[in-house]
Amino acid sequence: MGRMIDARKATQTAPSEHEPVLDLRAMTNARVALGRHGSGQPTRAQLSFQLDHARAREAVWRSVDTQALGERLNRAGLSVIKVESRAADRSIYVRRPDLGRLLTQQSADCLHKAAADSTYDIAIVVADGLSSSAVDLNAVPLIEALVPKLASLGLAIAPVVLANQARVALGDPVGEALGVRLTILMVGERPGLSAADSLGVYLTYDPKSGTPDSARNCISNIREGGMAIGEAADLITGLIRDMIQTRVSGVALKAATKQLSAAE
Amino acid sequence: MSYQTTIEQTVFRFDDLKTLLAKASPERSGDQLAGLAAEGPVERLAAQMTLADLPLKAFLGEELIPAEDDEVSRLILKQHDPAAFALISTLTVGELREWLLRPETTQRQLEAVTWGLTPEMVAAVSKIMRLQDMITVSAKRQVVTRFRNTIGLAGRLSTRNQPNHPTDDSRGILASAIDGLLMGSGDAVIGVNPATDSTQDYIRIVSLLDELREKLAIPTQTCCLGHVTTAIEAMERRAPVDLVFQSVAGSEKANRGFGVDLALLREAHEAGRSLKRGLPGASIMYFETGQGAALSSDAHFGVDQQTMEARAYAVAREFDPLLVNTVVGFIGPEYLFNGKQIIRAGIEDHFCGKLLGLPMGVDVCYTNHADADQEDMDTLLTLLCAANVNFVITVPGADDIMLNYQSLSHHDAIYCRETLKRPPAPEFETWLAEIGLTDQDGRLRGAPAALSHYVQDSLQIGA
Repeated sequence: MGRMIDARKATQTAPSEHEPVLDLRAMTNARVALGRHGSGQPTRAQLSFQLDHARAREAVWRSVDTQALGERLNRAGLSVIKVESRAADRSIYVRRPDLGRLLTQQSADCLHKAAADSTYDIAIVVADGLSSSAVDLNAVPLIEALVPKLASLGLAIAPVVLANQARVALGDPVGEALGVRLTILMVGERPGLSAADSLGVYLTYDPKSGTPDSARNCISNIREGGMAIGEAADLITGLIRDMIQTRVSGVALKAATKQLSAAE
Repeated sequence: MSYQTTIEQTVFRFDDLKTLLAKASPERSGDQLAGLAAEGPVERLAAQMTLADLPLKAFLGEELIPAEDDEVSRLILKQHDPAAFALISTLTVGELREWLLRPETTQRQLEAVTWGLTPEMVAAVSKIMRLQDMITVSAKRQVVTRFRNTIGLAGRLSTRNQPNHPTDDSRGILASAIDGLLMGSGDAVIGVNPATDSTQDYIRIVSLLDELREKLAIPTQTCCLGHVTTAIEAMERRAPVDLVFQSVAGSEKANRGFGVDLALLREAHEAGRSLKRGLPGASIMYFETGQGAALSSDAHFGVDQQTMEARAYAVAREFDPLLVNTVVGFIGPEYLFNGKQIIRAGIEDHFCGKLLGLPMGVDVCYTNHADADQEDMDTLLTLLCAANVNFVITVPGADDIMLNYQSLSHHDAIYCRETLKRPPAPEFETWLAEIGLTDQDGRLRGAPAALSHYVQDSLQIGA
């Protein structure tokens, strides 16, 4: 949140005397009433914008610390499996979304092995996506909030999958390999300037390769200052309950749920 | 039909027209992602040389996407006017480039060939043109449209004031719109991208913007950029809809991905026109496009992304739009990797749109995962002003807090007016002076009381 404060400070630079600052800043978080010098922004505002851009770029290009993430999840009593997509590095990842949706053979083998000894209902996949800061900050608290709720639905949860250079659809081959009915995929969303740490969650019933995006439900903007962790966990649990009952996810879920409750 | 050329004993062969066009395209990540790009600069040049020697007539004989499978291909066939084509029918692609560049080829000639050119011909010639070539030609091609004001006159630049808000909060939208008006932005349209897609919110947003426009007597138009089906519903409920918006792309399948087809667009166009809110004969449609849209919905049929983009303009020009803009850098680095690719695509899209007769604007923009920054936008904006672009989009401080990308700042519009000498639409220019925002030289001065008071009053909204 430091950058929000920086931006506010910057906007307080005095505009030229002809321009009384209106009370626009109380009405929106947009960069309104910045003031100007000719066509230029005040120096502080301009540099503050560039700082926010630098932070967003860093969120895209810095890797998630999967080691630390794994340890935090272990401490919470959860085991983890690390997998890689076929995008070998960030530069390939941003250009080749297709590769970010495929597992390496080694990773697929690893998941098959994990699934061989146990039966799971649901997989939680943490994908780096386009923001490492979103994952670093928000993934563990969200998982901690979710796990007891999922357990209360009687669902057997697979080891948490930490996926590197991963797109949303990587959750499909992961879910398929683990043989689960549902995946919860958490992904670092494309960072904006005012928030570089938004986590998105995609829920897919019966995940398999080639699942269209219209068969997923999405909850977006999970972060401090956006959707709260607790609220997100409740929403996700509610959707999963509906999916288990209707065996459907995505755009068709609402109608299926309605139909089911009418039938009851 | 296959095409080939020989460069220093090496034979380069291209299986068909769409392969030739793809290989001749200046480098961009989207064509590489699609597996269509030239293997390297030499193969690209070989393709460009082959393309340059191709007669324009070849484009009438070979379909890129079969018309029997695709209504956009059928539309392109239907639009083609042989009489208009007669003026250029003997030319090759390379000769078309030269004809376009000649000073004797003026607005009059360019206008005359508008419906003789197909999107594929225009895309082809752009592939063998440098930025400067395209700017030279675009600058000669004026496309003027009207709703409540006159957009696209030579030497002027209009702006879309884009007051988006992450939750469509009424006060947030108003604050942002007024921030833009205070810096003279909004003569193309005051247009909100809604975060939600409910008809109720759509109606609330257009009503809010209409009240703002009406109370301040601004000679401009407003728009909520929801889906056309939402717009149709809102119009049925008598909402004040000035412009009907839709994203469109260059194939039937890609348009279905946007939830539209030509019949639905026709219905929306008719509904919007029947409201008669603008000047007599006003254009009421607003379209957005962008390279990569078709590929992203796997609806490109092996055609390169820039040619697919030009095909989208056939859809747009069917509906006599007031505004069309490419959202050039919005789609991301898998389609346009860096500032260089975004700049080239912005100039190409503007050039192709103008030659096809569209009132072309550009959303000069980029995302945080592209290798681009505000300096690339400075470059593109300055080039577009030289090219006589109809309008650009501006937001507070270049930061769109709803769509999470960077467009231009309202400040950049001041740079265009005061440094590049591009005043806004004449009616809006007069309004800026009358309300006290600008002095007699058109320079911005302070915040006039009318706008300050509007903000004070608007504090009541949603409270």
